[in-house]
Amino acid sequence: MLKDSDRIYQNLYGQQDWRLPAARVRGDWDGTAAIIARGRDALVEEMKASGMRGRGGAGFPTGMKWSFMPKQSDGRPSYLVINADESEPGTCKDRDIMRNEPHKLIEGALIAGAAMGANTAFIYIRGEYYNEAQRLQAAIDEAYEAGLLGKNAANSGWDFDLILHRGAGAYICGEESALLESLEGKKGMPRMKPPFPAAMGLYGCPTTVNNVETIAGVPTIMRRGAAWFAGLGRPKNAGTKIFCISGHVNNPCNVEEELGIPLKDLIEKHAGGVRGGWDNLQAIIPGGASMPILNKEMADVQLMDFDSLAAVKSGMGSGAIIVMDKSVDVVKAIWRLSKFFKHESCGQCTPCREGTGWMMRQMDRIVQNKATLADIALLEQVTTQVAGHTICAFGEASSWPIQGLMRAFRPTVEARATDYQPPQNVAQAAE
Amino acid sequence: MAKLTIDGIEVEVPNGSSVIQAAEAAGIEIPRFCYHERLSVAGNCRMCLVEIEKMPPKPVASCGMPVADGMVVHTDTEMVRKGRRGVMEFLLINHPLDCPICDQGGECDLQDEAVSYGRDASRYAEQKRAVSQPDWGPLVKTTMTRCIHCTRCVRFTTEVAGVAEIGGTYRGENTQISTYVEKALSSELSGNIIDLCPVGALTSKPYAFTARPWELRKTDSVDVLDALGTNIRVDARGAEVLRILPRLNDEVNEEWLGDKSRFAVDGLKRRRLDRPWLRENGKLRAASWEEAFAAIASRIKAAAPEKIGAIAGDLCDAESMLALKECLTALGSANLDCRQDGAVFDASRRAFYLFNTTIAGIEEADALLIIGGNPRHEAPVLNARIRKRWLAGGFAAGLVGEAGELTYPVERLGAGPEALRALADGTHPFAEVLKAAQRPMIILGAAALARPDGAALHAAAWKLAAQYNALRADWHGFNVLHHAAARVGGLDLGFLPGAGGKSTTAMLNGGVDVLWLLGADELDIKAIGANTFVIYQGHHGDAGAARADVILPGAAYTEKHGTYVNTEGRVQQGFAAVLPPGDAREDWTIIRALSAYLGHALPYDTLEQLRTHLAASYPVFGQPFARLAGNDATAPAGDGAALAAAPLKPVYANYYQTDVISRASPTMAACVAAHSPAQAEAAE
Repeated sequence: MLKDSDRIYQNLYGQQDWRLPAARVRGDWDGTAAIIARGRDALVEEMKASGMRGRGGAGFPTGMKWSFMPKQSDGRPSYLVINADESEPGTCKDRDIMRNEPHKLIEGALIAGAAMGANTAFIYIRGEYYNEAQRLQAAIDEAYEAGLLGKNAANSGWDFDLILHRGAGAYICGEESALLESLEGKKGMPRMKPPFPAAMGLYGCPTTVNNVETIAGVPTIMRRGAAWFAGLGRPKNAGTKIFCISGHVNNPCNVEEELGIPLKDLIEKHAGGVRGGWDNLQAIIPGGASMPILNKEMADVQLMDFDSLAAVKSGMGSGAIIVMDKSVDVVKAIWRLSKFFKHESCGQCTPCREGTGWMMRQMDRIVQNKATLADIALLEQVTTQVAGHTICAFGEASSWPIQGLMRAFRPTVEARATDYQPPQNVAQAAE
Repeated sequence: MAKLTIDGIEVEVPNGSSVIQAAEAAGIEIPRFCYHERLSVAGNCRMCLVEIEKMPPKPVASCGMPVADGMVVHTDTEMVRKGRRGVMEFLLINHPLDCPICDQGGECDLQDEAVSYGRDASRYAEQKRAVSQPDWGPLVKTTMTRCIHCTRCVRFTTEVAGVAEIGGTYRGENTQISTYVEKALSSELSGNIIDLCPVGALTSKPYAFTARPWELRKTDSVDVLDALGTNIRVDARGAEVLRILPRLNDEVNEEWLGDKSRFAVDGLKRRRLDRPWLRENGKLRAASWEEAFAAIASRIKAAAPEKIGAIAGDLCDAESMLALKECLTALGSANLDCRQDGAVFDASRRAFYLFNTTIAGIEEADALLIIGGNPRHEAPVLNARIRKRWLAGGFAAGLVGEAGELTYPVERLGAGPEALRALADGTHPFAEVLKAAQRPMIILGAAALARPDGAALHAAAWKLAAQYNALRADWHGFNVLHHAAARVGGLDLGFLPGAGGKSTTAMLNGGVDVLWLLGADELDIKAIGANTFVIYQGHHGDAGAARADVILPGAAYTEKHGTYVNTEGRVQQGFAAVLPPGDAREDWTIIRALSAYLGHALPYDTLEQLRTHLAASYPVFGQPFARLAGNDATAPAGDGAALAAAPLKPVYANYYQTDVISRASPTMAACVAAHSPAQAEAAE
């Protein structure tokens, strides 16, 4: 279990004040200028050495991402964009960071901005996070007043502006290029890649998009050193991560833990265990709505890190653990997710626009016991026709829950279909 | 250049090309719906999937993938086929199977690709999506249930037409391509979205349910409803022209066509002159060719040669103008004018009246000064070219005159010629822009030339071009934007007052006793002298025919083989798609026959002989097109200082009804009603 002294987020639960003086007591903004004085390359190297992987879901090494930014400007400014559009169902980690530790995020933004040569950063916050936006804005205002942002931010010699922008409530705007489109004032639709944002991002300028948790962890890593962070967790899955445990546990919570902690430990020690005991567990979605579901046999032995979850064809995602006990109709649960993805598809590219609706309707048939085995096979084929054929990762996000269901709960699904006889010679079929 | 291998074929393409372009260069066809060479890349249909080695093992959209040296691409692997089949299935699940009643049938990309990648039967057992059908005005018919959301129409209107009127509303499978607030499309290029639409979502409203593409006889021709010489294809069935589509010509129209040129086609079968008419006791009566010729002969023989005149209209082919010119010359008259708008200016050198920069040359310019014209109405496709240039960046445009909204920002320099004076003496801020420009161009609108001080404006504009270094050996920045398809041809073959001859204005008000109007309707008919005997030769019963004493029924541009010279001086030929109606004849044959009747038989009996004669007499008609060098700075005659104060107005207040064909077209009338109800009411 993670020692309290190793926690990045000392005020995750808001037991202390979030404002600047209290944040300073917790160590925020301590020696920021000295950190920035190490220079761009040193900061990027430090980040690489820490082994930090993006906390938004894809787990791309953060230091490497930063290193893609141009060292020499060709006349265009560089931008840092912080993705606070936390929309993955089950996820609420960024929310607590912005609520209770906003200065970690602001300081991280300054250091990250200096590390990639960005004088301007945007935080794109989910529209529904109204209160969080208010508080974050208050924290930004505090930082400006204290000289921590703006010209010569925190006496570092680096000019840095931080702008908070509220989204309008679309899941897809959490996809980095759709986020950039939305930030530019357009309809939130993902862009084709290449070009990647580091070459052509916000307003056509080099841009890095990082998750809130990634950036908020930066100051602590810089202060305590990459070796400390890399020493936590498992190889290639370094550091700590906030897990959001929800569903049928006795004590749903956000908790910061080392990567690689066994799923069972995480739930038993921090969330008060599964309702009715571990044996009452039916399924766990380990990384937010888009990650494939695990059955109890898988959950028994699962370690919570990027590579261990990828090994069972699931994923770490945003670290949102959704626990379902045996009272749950797991097929219907996945149908509900399909409905969500159908609702949130941006409609730009064909497989996702047409496929999400089809998948939802096929799931609907299964839930209503109106599917045959052939319908299930068809559904599986449709998911493979969507995943991997779309502009952004939404194709995967909408297909994986169903594919995961088929892998982990095939007998349960097929049981729904065995008795069904499709109606013959009804009017609609004749059409 | 990047060298890559596609399906084992090595191909070298410029850096920055996409894989789909490289495949095209290698002669490999990749199916696509959203990708279009002249629009931005959307990458949303996902039909153009290919497999690229050493990339993540999933198919890649070739339209958005830039080429890289050493790339190895496969376009026909199992993964690719599976991917495309999947996409095709998705496109079809919500696409209605109404091909039998869909106008796109037979020329539908979705139909064609479904043959290659579609299933034999649908696996989709759910309800299909239905979408409401918004009214986009009289030209474009919408059936949005068929829409596959490729966004070609959105990108065309936004990028090329320059009116951001169509977009995607809602999201996911509820996405609709719409104008949001239902309205008629305001672009003069809106018809092109019908061609661009790969399915039957956007079809031609006037052409709805008229014909199938395989029933049509397709004839290459040249558009005459503006002076651009847009290359068109005339689709006819039997004796009827059913529709007109653009042809590809990167030098002229790329692949666009203005709405008037496309949709005025129904004007070709209304108000037609299909037999000769003769005025007797103040009323026109149907006559035979013999009677008509006899009446003309008796008047011409009675008239003094210097009291006979001819005016050629806006839609005439070069052949008929040559025949008429030579006929009048044989009769001893020098009263000829092809400028029915009354313009008088120095046409002694071609450079004085051509669009010298050329249409494609617009893309090389870096500054533009428009003097008294509205390119958006007078040549919408050329206007799109200017917008294309503006989109590329580093381009400034200024306007002297009162043109309405163009599709790119223009600095309004003033309504009248005083702005020209300020530009000439360098006191106007825009003078700095012109001075700094490497390749400045000046467009002089045809309406400016038709003013009483037209010659002065002509000289002043030329002087500006010389002053701002637009006349060089490597760059000719002086341009006249004509609006009449016949004008440059007429000027080229000298259909102008000869020695002692009368111009248009002089021929009116009793200046001549016999006036031959060759398709001339746009002049002040009331000003023709009461005792002038008017011969109207043309194809529509319009202003000219109403005043005529004898009507000789001619052929419209779709009914004759004709040579036209566009505003940049490009000589192009159109072919006859159908026969003229009734007793009407190709115009040059009428003149040839009449010349024999008058005892001055013209020396050609066939079109080939006439054309040989044309090229021999006027070599430009036999030469390939070439841009003129601007280093001959001899200025046109005209006192550049004698400018009147009146503001410069564009030629048309109403884009849709500008000539006999468009005025006869119910579709164009519907457009006027949709876009300017006040005008439609006034016309009634």
